[in-house]
Amino acid sequence: MTRVFAAALALLLAAPAAPMAETAAQTVATGDLGLVIERATGSVLLVDQSDHAALARIGGLGDLSHASLVYSPDERFAYVFGRDGGLTKVDIVTRQIAARVMQAGNSIGGAISDDGKLVAVSNYEPGGVHIFDADTLEMVADIPTGSKTIGLVDAPGRRFVFTLWDAGETWIADLSGEAPQITKIPGIGKNPYDALITANGRTYIAGLFGEDGLTALDLWDDTPTPIRVLPGYGRGERQLPVYKMPHLEGWALTGRDFVLPAVGHHQVLWIDAATLTESGRTDTHGQPVFAMARPDGRQVWVNFAHPLNDTVQVIDTVTKQVIHQFKPGPAVLHMEFTPRGHQVWISVRDAGKVMIYDTRSFEKIGEIDADSPSGIFFTARAHRTGL
Amino acid sequence: MGEPRGHKVAPILGLACLGLGLLLLPDTARAADAPDPAPLKRLVHQDCGSCHGLTLKGGLGPDLRAPALAHYDPETLRTVILDGIPETAMPPWRPLLTEQEAAWIADYLLKEAPK
Repeated sequence: MTRVFAAALALLLAAPAAPMAETAAQTVATGDLGLVIERATGSVLLVDQSDHAALARIGGLGDLSHASLVYSPDERFAYVFGRDGGLTKVDIVTRQIAARVMQAGNSIGGAISDDGKLVAVSNYEPGGVHIFDADTLEMVADIPTGSKTIGLVDAPGRRFVFTLWDAGETWIADLSGEAPQITKIPGIGKNPYDALITANGRTYIAGLFGEDGLTALDLWDDTPTPIRVLPGYGRGERQLPVYKMPHLEGWALTGRDFVLPAVGHHQVLWIDAATLTESGRTDTHGQPVFAMARPDGRQVWVNFAHPLNDTVQVIDTVTKQVIHQFKPGPAVLHMEFTPRGHQVWISVRDAGKVMIYDTRSFEKIGEIDADSPSGIFFTARAHRTGL
Repeated sequence: MGEPRGHKVAPILGLACLGLGLLLLPDTARAADAPDPAPLKRLVHQDCGSCHGLTLKGGLGPDLRAPALAHYDPETLRTVILDGIPETAMPPWRPLLTEQEAAWIADYLLKEAPK
């Protein structure tokens, strides 16, 4: 409040004719806003979580298939990572592109440092990570890996953690000093396809495509070493074709368990967070893509790979049973909970809609038109490690 | 396996697109040797695109644009689509596609410059 008055006062002093009300009218609160990726048209849709409304469309972001974004700590800027290597800084207050660079040929996600000063982008081609000044988008570090790079997350202490698909290594880049300090951890496993970090920044887990299992790292350890999780979980079972890689974003911590999609098996896997051992399995409708915990951890919502991607299942985390199944429509690509979990927003690509559901009654309570919507990102992510 | 198995992709995509315009697509009465291009193009860009990129220029999977596939003959490419590549992330599409549809996709990839 003091700051607002000071700003208004400064404005008054500088231009006495400017009425104070004008300053107030320009205030835009972003806490319940969000952006929806419109993958085919290279645009993002600014949405209002409370009003169930689309506020503006911002275009010119390039190829946004498989795009994701992170927010600045003040929830004003979104950094959008496009598949084509474009990094775009979108100002959701002015509803304009603030800066944009083409930083690589082929990219797959990014992260923002805990202090909000650095933005890192994970690249397939050329393989590696590029790190940018969050204000100017000038590149401040180039970390070639010689491998497709996946599972890039922020970790406390101005660090980024990422994993090499081809080499099966995880690298920790510490940018707290003058030059980046890189720690390389080999032996993660065959073809890690995605990874995530727990909300407390302690545990990093890579899912493996090339073998049944996952690999965890304890980042509180001075020299983290690979910890095998559920090795050979599908042993003896027929491996089913995977028509879309699962995602590990949206790490689902439900009370004492983590929930993760299995690969090549139509199941989600429950892992005891304390011991990193299996605590259950739930059979699902298809190959899970996202297994997202409602923020309170009571439910897990799961969507599926082609050709079963019209369906969502809701699993109760106490009983580990599917308690609800429904078909939002063709090609459900992503789900985002409101920060306290009372609603979930679901992008249904081929319906051209974002659909909004009450997470207790499961009733549909709204929808928003969007052009081939994929990822949905609410600004509350700004304050979460690993999102 | 060489036996035509009818038009398989339309029901599958129709299921995925319940209630939408795809229900208007021709049904299984359509000639098996003439797959309907619209759902197949959609499959290529949206679903192959999950790994190979919406523009097919590559992602976790390799570049699928015509120049990058020049070393494939149509028969081999069709087989790769139907049976996948063991020990890689390329799955067999045989459960979802007929031989004719896979042949159409191989031809599409080799001939067209997908946008």
